[in-house]
Amino acid sequence: MKKRMIFKAIALMLTATAALPAFGQGRSALRINEVMVENNNSIVDDYGRRGAWIELFNSNFAPLEISSVYLTNDKNNKKLYPVPLGDVNTRIPKRQHIIFYADGEPNKGTFHTNFTLKPGQDNWIGIYDANGETLIDEVVIPASLTADQTWARSEDGAGEWMLRTGGEDDYITPSSANVIKDTNRKVEQFAKLDGNGLGMTVMAMCIVFSALLVLCLCFYGIGKIGSAVSKMNKMRAHGVNRKQADEVQKTHDSGEEIAAIVMALHEHLDAHDRENTVLTINKVKRAYSPWNSKIYGLREIPGRH
Amino acid sequence: MSFGEFLMNNLQQFWELTGFANAQAGNFVMLAVGLFFIWLAIKKNFEPMLLVPIGFGILIGNVPFNTGAGLEVGIYEEGSVLNILYNGVAAGWYPPLIFLGIGAMTDFSALIANPKLMLIGAAAQFGIFGAYMVALALGFSPDQAGAIAIIGGADGPTAIFLSSKLAPNLMGAIAVSAYSYMALVPVIQPPLMRLFTTKKERLIRMKPARAVSQNEKIIFPIVGMLLTCFVVPSGLPLLGMLFFGNLLRECGVTTRLAKTASNALTDIVTILLGMTVGASTQASQFLTPQTIFIFFLGFMAFIIASSSGVLFVKLFNLLLPKDKKINPLIGNAGVSAVPMSARISNNLGLEYDPSNYLLMHAMGPNVAGVIGSAVAAGVLLGFLA
Repeated sequence: MKKRMIFKAIALMLTATAALPAFGQGRSALRINEVMVENNNSIVDDYGRRGAWIELFNSNFAPLEISSVYLTNDKNNKKLYPVPLGDVNTRIPKRQHIIFYADGEPNKGTFHTNFTLKPGQDNWIGIYDANGETLIDEVVIPASLTADQTWARSEDGAGEWMLRTGGEDDYITPSSANVIKDTNRKVEQFAKLDGNGLGMTVMAMCIVFSALLVLCLCFYGIGKIGSAVSKMNKMRAHGVNRKQADEVQKTHDSGEEIAAIVMALHEHLDAHDRENTVLTINKVKRAYSPWNSKIYGLREIPGRH
Repeated sequence: MSFGEFLMNNLQQFWELTGFANAQAGNFVMLAVGLFFIWLAIKKNFEPMLLVPIGFGILIGNVPFNTGAGLEVGIYEEGSVLNILYNGVAAGWYPPLIFLGIGAMTDFSALIANPKLMLIGAAAQFGIFGAYMVALALGFSPDQAGAIAIIGGADGPTAIFLSSKLAPNLMGAIAVSAYSYMALVPVIQPPLMRLFTTKKERLIRMKPARAVSQNEKIIFPIVGMLLTCFVVPSGLPLLGMLFFGNLLRECGVTTRLAKTASNALTDIVTILLGMTVGASTQASQFLTPQTIFIFFLGFMAFIIASSSGVLFVKLFNLLLPKDKKINPLIGNAGVSAVPMSARISNNLGLEYDPSNYLLMHAMGPNVAGVIGSAVAAGVLLGFLA
């Protein structure tokens, strides 16, 4: 009965744990990343037409399947545009982007929504999870956005929303990263500010020492507690007090004496050591004949002599 | 076209595909290196488990062939068998499997019984960061310098793991350098240990370690993993697998799993890792001036790491009471060439006092070195990736 209860508890915990990543690292990682409301000179769709577009970004470090999430621009209709099932392109690779055209023509394909964005007014856009209730991400595109400008995050999937006009410093990046990196910024900073590596050495050695020092202190503590507990158990087993226990401890055989006794037993009884610190005394039965012995096998591995 | 011409054309095409027609001087240099590794392993018994697969891998990787023929045989040709096997190195999943095996075969008792030995494992990591500074001075970028410097951790799997993340183009040279110096530990370390210690110090006898209960052995991998990975989450793949393997070994109820992890699995991964690392040293990729720098830096990192371990023990002894002094000959074991460097401590100790066995004491810093180098790799990865 008790075993069954434990089994049920473990099964429940496993189920709960398995469900966690689906929420923690799943669709909740989907982000609205960049939006253009009025498209005169930006990208064209598969039909050669320009329309408003919404860029979504998978901020996960794993692919993300977004079919059956809802895109909407109406707070009262959370299930306005369900991303269709069965399209392999709705699987966004890790840290990648996908474009939806908000042209009100869903019969043109998976990536054409059934709503449009209206220039000259605030446009609210939301993404809801498959249950139609859980809001994954939302943004309000300001009415001040003019043609060929976008409202975008300063970094992919994170950072502040900002206006992008398509200039040198605030470029428009449909279907690609909002910040174009040609180098690793961390490496660049180390190269610039810590050219001789002293800073890295000091920081890293402090971390390595701290990690092992914490472990060291922790095991000093655990060792002390362990010794105290084992001493108490011994006292309880022998029915003696602390002082008497110390006396018993002093008269105990040393490690060397125990080792000598064990070795003598080993020699005398042909006892068999199976693992460290454990002496196992086994009856050895030799039931094989030289005919099936491996030593006489034809495929003996050559050894060095 | 006559039948004779047809035959000649085919033979001509076949000749163009052979190694003889495509051989370059670099291939022969690398073939000689591969043969040298195999000779070292078989005749000199230097880390044969590593050097035989690596040496033969170098031979495999340097058989010349026509790269334009689309034969899909080279290790760098996507879809080739060697390329598929190489994925474990390139994507960095062989090293954590090796760490699982190391955890399953390592007894941390010496470390648990005498936790202060962990600090020696930390001190030896100076080798990594000393080499990092020199690599920067030689003109390597910080990420490349970090990948090269990890050779000083004397931990092949860690070196491969970190270089696959920070500098994949240098991985072949880094891996071969790391494993070469690990094999040469018996040659490199003893002179340094003699240089930095006095005869009196070499004769220090350390108290036998206390017995460690099974509960402590079970708690160690759990607490160890949680503490170190909370400090350096980027070390999770290596530290997580190391401590997991150790828990399998110590918990007493997963003997079969521990045996598989420490024997069959480790052997399989070692074969694949060694062979593919060797094969990745194609002359065209490997024979560059950078490789010479990497070998030089690796050698230096090893020297700094071994010396700093020994010197740290001497410094530490100044703070310890007279009856608890540590023999500085175990300082070299702070690099994580397990168990070779601990064996060297023991052998050198016996040379000066035939009844002074240092092996179990040296195993403490030795396994602490494994943890320390994985933490250092995590730090470098966190800072530079």
